[in-house]
Amino acid sequence: MLKLEARAQPSQAMSVASPLIALALTVLLAGLLFAALGKDPLKGLGIFFVEPLNGVRAVSEVLLKATPLILCALGLAVCYRSNVWNIGAEGQFLLGAIAGGGAALWLGHQGVGGPQGLYAPLVLLAGVVGGMAWAAITALLRDRCNASEILVSLMLVYVAQQLLNYLVFGPWKDPGGFNFPQTRTFEVATWLPALLPRSRLHWGFVLALVMVVLFWVFLFRSWRGYQLQVGGLAPAAARYAGFSARSSLWTALLVSGGMAGLAGAMEAAGPLRQLTPHVSTGYGFTAIIVCFVGRLHPLGIALAGVLLSMLLIGGELAQSRLGLPNALTGVFQGLLLFLLLACDTLINYRVRWKRGGLASTALPAAVVAKEGAA
Amino acid sequence: MSIPTKRALLKLAALSSLAAAAILAGCGKKEEPAPAPAPAAAAPAPAAPEPLKAAWVYVGPVGDAGWTFAHDLGRKAVEAEFGDKVKTSFVEKVPEGADAERVIRDLATQGNKIIFATSFGYMEPMLKVAAEFPDVKFEHATGYKTAPNMRIYDAKFYEDTYVAGIIAGKMSKTGTLGFVGSFPIPEVLRNINAFTLGAQSVNPKIKTKVVWVSTWFDPPKESEAAQSLINAGADVLLQNTDSTAVLQTAEKNGKYAFGWDSDMSGFATKAHLASAIADWGGYYKKAVKDVMDGTWKTERTVWGVKEGQNDLIKIADVVPEDIRKKVEEVKAGMKAGTFEVFTGPVVTNDGKEVLAKGAAADQAWKDKVDFYVKGVEGKIPSGK
Amino acid sequence: MNELALLVAATLASGTPLAIAGLGLLLGEKAGVLNLGAEGMMLVAAIAGFGAAFLTGSDTIAFAAGAAAGAAMAALFALLAIGLNTNQYATGLALSLFGAGFSAFVGVAFVGKKLPDRAPFELPLLADLPFFGPALFRQHPMVYVAIALVAALAWFLYRTRAGLVLRAVGESPESAHALGYPVRAIRLAAVVTGGALCGIAGAFLSVVYAPLWVEGLVAGRGWIALALTTFATWRPARVLLGAYLFGGVTMLQFALQGAGVEVSSQLLSMLPYLATIVVLALISRNPLWIRINMPASLGKPFHPGS
Repeated sequence: MLKLEARAQPSQAMSVASPLIALALTVLLAGLLFAALGKDPLKGLGIFFVEPLNGVRAVSEVLLKATPLILCALGLAVCYRSNVWNIGAEGQFLLGAIAGGGAALWLGHQGVGGPQGLYAPLVLLAGVVGGMAWAAITALLRDRCNASEILVSLMLVYVAQQLLNYLVFGPWKDPGGFNFPQTRTFEVATWLPALLPRSRLHWGFVLALVMVVLFWVFLFRSWRGYQLQVGGLAPAAARYAGFSARSSLWTALLVSGGMAGLAGAMEAAGPLRQLTPHVSTGYGFTAIIVCFVGRLHPLGIALAGVLLSMLLIGGELAQSRLGLPNALTGVFQGLLLFLLLACDTLINYRVRWKRGGLASTALPAAVVAKEGAA
Repeated sequence: MSIPTKRALLKLAALSSLAAAAILAGCGKKEEPAPAPAPAAAAPAPAAPEPLKAAWVYVGPVGDAGWTFAHDLGRKAVEAEFGDKVKTSFVEKVPEGADAERVIRDLATQGNKIIFATSFGYMEPMLKVAAEFPDVKFEHATGYKTAPNMRIYDAKFYEDTYVAGIIAGKMSKTGTLGFVGSFPIPEVLRNINAFTLGAQSVNPKIKTKVVWVSTWFDPPKESEAAQSLINAGADVLLQNTDSTAVLQTAEKNGKYAFGWDSDMSGFATKAHLASAIADWGGYYKKAVKDVMDGTWKTERTVWGVKEGQNDLIKIADVVPEDIRKKVEEVKAGMKAGTFEVFTGPVVTNDGKEVLAKGAAADQAWKDKVDFYVKGVEGKIPSGK
Repeated sequence: MNELALLVAATLASGTPLAIAGLGLLLGEKAGVLNLGAEGMMLVAAIAGFGAAFLTGSDTIAFAAGAAAGAAMAALFALLAIGLNTNQYATGLALSLFGAGFSAFVGVAFVGKKLPDRAPFELPLLADLPFFGPALFRQHPMVYVAIALVAALAWFLYRTRAGLVLRAVGESPESAHALGYPVRAIRLAAVVTGGALCGIAGAFLSVVYAPLWVEGLVAGRGWIALALTTFATWRPARVLLGAYLFGGVTMLQFALQGAGVEVSSQLLSMLPYLATIVVLALISRNPLWIRINMPASLGKPFHPGS
């Protein structure tokens, strides 16, 4: 039977190969699935993996959708590496959209004019502050009352959604909008500057790439980043070394709240240019998946963000081109994730054929090293 | 969680970029048809054997047995009517945000000549895409913005709810009606008001309580909302949400309710009084025919009982004869165009007169409904 | 007074699926495994239960089908998270995603279908008591099962040897392993049983509470149930309390709306979530409570030594 045998060292080759193996397996399974549903497997796979990249416009859409995912996931990576389980990025995203949108509306009220994007930095800054403020609630309750950040951040997501509803149905409703729940369209000057003509891609994407680099530096080259990660991996050692758990908590939550808020403001001032109840399509939650698929590493996150964006768009295309039901996309994504996670095992374990019963496996080297540091 | 080394990740990045470059190189040649006036996509001659491609954008799943389901029935009616001359497709569960624009644009690039968007939230995205595809016709449901190649259509659900109100006014023993509302948008407010007015035409002392569930679809929540209305004394319920939960809760409690968006008479033998439906097939067939005949023009079409787009069907046997007669009279008036639901005097529930005695409301008045009529309890959420 | 009784009754019904699912998740978490796939498990179980009820007309079979579906989904999760030591959080999320899509996919045939009518449940004699009758004794049996489940789980965890071993595995799997206990098998059993309970909760929603099937029926209750285990600081009785608190405030805000209270409905809709946060903040203030209650190895993968 198949046995898992621990490797002496985590395999580097597998680190690179495992996502590719997972992708290959998913492609295989998906092909079988399409065939079982009576659709041409090659065509189906093409729709999911090739079609979203078909042409400049299509690629721009993939990158546009990946931008908020990458931004949120970067912040979450800092959180998870610090062992702070922020599940409420969606709520922080919404507050960022609200704050950014509010700023844009206020600026419009003040009568600002100018070329597209002139006031965008202000809008984005407001978004960052909004997201941070929302995350601060979670941090405060965990700091002062030991309330689990998992629960508080999750509950705050629902509160944020209702807050957005309240604002667009009430005080911020467009008076010329026939009572429909939406704000006025923002002034051109508050929109994000366009990056690619004849596409919706904006400079927010470049900002996201810059953030990828910044976060890499923060996590792997800065003292603070180091402190956070030690705190996450080995809290006792961190305490012994004098790293403050409290300041790590606040840093992690404020950073991830700020990033999610930035993404939210970007979405409102980028493609949408107004606030509606539908600012987010679950970006905050999808970002969690992006974060893990990207192995909590900025570069991985960038790639994972693009991959997931492709899958989501591919799912839409599969409906209109192939007549595949929307439900299939969820099945597909779940499968891909399962396989990705399963293949990651290959990094620390080797698969062998062994005769005999359920002998236990040796402790893999990575764990020995980790426990040594604890 | 294993954290790969920098080298490993650089290798991964290199591999992926190679892969991406390969894909792009391979596809780069296959440029999309230029979005700007595309000569290749010039007016398809109706006489050509090429079937007309028509597409629908849905906000919910076609299996919701409610709003989207009704629209899909309309789409199927188009297929049945035109056979080989059309080729329809649809995309379901399209979120009403930034994604919608991409979906609509993709449908336009795929050669669809007429695209229907079945929810308010698609208005802005559709407007943006319409500007780029001047020879594709865009149809938006329940909105208010148009363009030379984009027009709007809507239904008169309030006619259904008025008639339902007539029945409810008679069947209610407590004099309190209940309404499970999704979101306080004008359409829903019109429905609540029409329901109340209809009931008051039979029993002027009728009161309506409203509970908002902040969703179009969440059966357990709709159940809970219905239960709380029943607990508060309502014994006839109407809803604007898309499942049978409210009806089934009424049945469980021995109260009455109506079906919404589809024939729900099979779901509750004792509680079901009637079902308010919308039949979009008629309009969709007309729209497609307009494109085929070249007679398509920008306008706003609001059809109701008169055109067969709305109706209240399957009226239960328990409804007494005199009410049935009144219902028939009102429907006949609607069909003849002589009966207007919103006819003055109409007073809001904080005493303001919004329609003078004898005056019949025009479309603009109906679009701006942002109040409750007298008899409806409470305040519109975050309404001013 | 009657309205209060009705509110209590509605609270019990509303909180029951949350409680049962929460208890199931608690079992797994006590063994150290966090299954974020609750939503997916409940969805698949809901369609399984509804389908079974529709095809056989039997509630018992429906609940059994729901339990089986929940257990199967949990087993899939366990294969990855326990067998292959994949990251529990990501695996659970993937399960939720998969479950949502899968249930929608297989459920297409059952949309718009109706289950046979069910007679209202009442405990004889007790149901006629003033106030307490309508408040407590006119519920579906599952409501009482939920309460009994709390007692059963508490007894199992704190009064039996097996429960002790399970908690030991959750606190320190390495020590348990050193003592010779099959840690992974125990975790597997806990997760699968927990999945079965989530399945029952899901089936309850589609077969009793709604009762109908449409995709997305569970509408986030799986996540609420997850939050409840944290809220409950991993003690069974508190899961029930949390479920009733949440269900109760939900019904309360509807009642307030119906009474014409002049607060915006969106703000009222925030109440259940805010209430949960406030109560959690209050009961968590004693750091000793939390440390004692959270299983120390929660979420961490276990590697058996040789």
